[in-house]
Amino acid sequence: MFPKVAIIGIGYTPFRPITPDISFKEMMYEAASKAYDDAEVSPQADIGGFLTCEEDFEHGRSIYNMQTPDNVGAVLKPCQTIPADGINGLIEAYMEIRSGLYDVVAVESHSKASNVINRNYLIAHATDPVYNKPLNFNPYFIAGMEMNRYLAETGATKEQCALVVVKNKANALRNPLAAYGEKLTVEDVLASETMFYPLSRLDMSSHTDGGIVMVLASEERARALTDKPIWIRGVGWCSEAPSLETREWGEAVYAKLAGEMAYRIAGIKHPRKEIDFAEIDDTFSYKELQHMEALKLCHREQAGSVIEEGATQRGSEFPINVSGGSLGVGHLVEATGLQRVLEVVLQLRGEAGKRQLSDVKIGLAQSWRGIPGTSGAVMILSKE
Amino acid sequence: MGMRKVAIVGAGMTKFMRRAQETGKELAWEAAKMALDSCELKLKDIDDVVLGTAPDAFDMIHMKSEYLADGCGAWHKPYVRGFVGGGTGVFVVDQGWYHVASGLFDTCLVVAEEKMSSCLPHPQGAFITIWDQFTESPLGPSLLWYFAMEMNRYMTIHGITEREIAMVSVKNKKNALDHPAAQLPAEITVEDVLNSEMMAWPVKRLDVSPTSDGAVALVLAAEHVAKRITDKPVWIEGVGWNLDTFYVGQRDLYYPKYVEYAARQAYAMAGIKDPSKEIDIAEPYDPFSYKELHNAEGLLLCGKGEAPKLLADGVTQRTGRQPWCPSGGLLGVGNAIAAAGTMKVAELFWQLRGEAGKRQVPGRPKRGVAQAWGDEMQVGTVIVLGI
Repeated sequence: MFPKVAIIGIGYTPFRPITPDISFKEMMYEAASKAYDDAEVSPQADIGGFLTCEEDFEHGRSIYNMQTPDNVGAVLKPCQTIPADGINGLIEAYMEIRSGLYDVVAVESHSKASNVINRNYLIAHATDPVYNKPLNFNPYFIAGMEMNRYLAETGATKEQCALVVVKNKANALRNPLAAYGEKLTVEDVLASETMFYPLSRLDMSSHTDGGIVMVLASEERARALTDKPIWIRGVGWCSEAPSLETREWGEAVYAKLAGEMAYRIAGIKHPRKEIDFAEIDDTFSYKELQHMEALKLCHREQAGSVIEEGATQRGSEFPINVSGGSLGVGHLVEATGLQRVLEVVLQLRGEAGKRQLSDVKIGLAQSWRGIPGTSGAVMILSKE
Repeated sequence: MGMRKVAIVGAGMTKFMRRAQETGKELAWEAAKMALDSCELKLKDIDDVVLGTAPDAFDMIHMKSEYLADGCGAWHKPYVRGFVGGGTGVFVVDQGWYHVASGLFDTCLVVAEEKMSSCLPHPQGAFITIWDQFTESPLGPSLLWYFAMEMNRYMTIHGITEREIAMVSVKNKKNALDHPAAQLPAEITVEDVLNSEMMAWPVKRLDVSPTSDGAVALVLAAEHVAKRITDKPVWIEGVGWNLDTFYVGQRDLYYPKYVEYAARQAYAMAGIKDPSKEIDIAEPYDPFSYKELHNAEGLLLCGKGEAPKLLADGVTQRTGRQPWCPSGGLLGVGNAIAAAGTMKVAELFWQLRGEAGKRQVPGRPKRGVAQAWGDEMQVGTVIVLGI
């Protein structure tokens, strides 16, 4: 009764820390044109619905939705905004196709983060207006507090977190899309300026601009349109408590529940054994470790020793963030989830160039919406 | 089409008011709790939560869905927000429909919340940044100017008078007298509307709906669950939404083509061939008096330019052949943007179940359509409900 759903087209612009030469509209157009070309579809003739994932304030605009149709070929078509991460957008498209409403859906998200001069002021507006915002604190301290709690609960160390940075930035050197590839040592990371104790400057991902569009289709249409569909096997998403006062600080509960939902749908019992590689949220270095545990990619309190053993390196048995992750590629705001799925699709298609993993059949992508939120999404994709 | 059937089984709504003392979270939970209570469900029975809320600029909260999550009852649940500007209220019900119809969930709580009063001195300020940053913003426009242009164009093309349009306000504010949650119900005359303060010609104060705070929630369920929950499920028979170009200069404002496209999508799904005959009640979006007529034409409830005649003939009165906005609409109940759109869907739910109290439309209505409209006069969102 419910059709299978595949990703049949991908399009993206390069990810760069600043892009003064193009507007977000041009970025959307470029990514959309490339995705439609990749999927060999015409937006007006073949695509049923369009989604963009965007938050108003990122653009300094109200009702951002109105700006979208012209840039992605969606004029006089069903078009909607999902103010959430790109993976949530893909999941909405997946549900629209499964419900029988549309056969082909396009999902867009982009970042023009370079336009935001004082991100901490922007994020301060996401804190509770009654209890937290009046305290007038830099919201990045939320990440510092969470890291502290995570380290205290699990016994992971700052050195182990630094290893995440070293790994991901090194991975990014092999990714031509990545903006922050670098060869670093653990000492470099530990010696970098302490920003929000215990977070150091190099523990934090930097932002980048870029646009990504993906085209999804039902099984019937996917088989007719492409010979390299990448199937969506499982999806999950979840929100934990938004208030700072009542949430769980040590464990990423949202990722745990989202992962459980996705594994249930995909019929996966032993994620570490059945999945070949993962692209998971590493907005801050400790987040990768925290998310590995939440997603059952290692045992609780073991992520630190797993990274120490090198068991998540490219070429190891379970590579994590081979794209370079947000630490290496750069954080794309709401488009970040699409970047993680993009890497999974490229790897499964065998189009990942110098960083291509050998013999991968099934991959996982996970996103987190960033401070001060507690929402995350998971998608499991496979070649067959 | 072999789609999974989805019903609305519960509804709740806060009072709409100019300045609610409750926070957005509290408003959202009040409506959500009422909706759950109305069908005797608990939060643990809900698989999935969808939020609708319009611009973050109203309450200056970035990532507003994160902030409202626990208010919507989304703690430890899949939860996402849908957003199509003013069209959000009806869209989120469409969204809840495909969440359940996808087979991923059996129940879905749809919450629409709006708190406009925290935007000072007036919520109009939230719209300062909606325009094209190069071609429109430098002119410093107000939303009212745009609606005035559209109303003028609509009147000019069809030869419609301000007097004919004023009757919408009279009808809807009167209907709202019977709505316990209404903000601005009133017994007024056409002369009152015509003599009210000129805002931007031809839009006068009584042609405009009031800004508002409020929340509405609905519980959606898949067929096998719905039948266990209630004897009176109201089925979602059709959904549709459509977005036109951002550039106002490229559209002829006399007719909302995007509403027509959205309506055609919903009618095709519901198997409706002649909506003017097959629809028993309509809740077209009426943030301004002319919009009810304009949108009703887009919904194909009558031909282009014919809506004023139906209104004058009493066809669209609550006791008429096809009542429009029996709830009292945004003009009477209040325009808590996203919540107002969902209020229209809730009204159809109550009307089709025969639970609309003093507002009940006679003759046991079987099928209704609700619609919302928004962005820069470019989006139409439509839902068809039936029993």
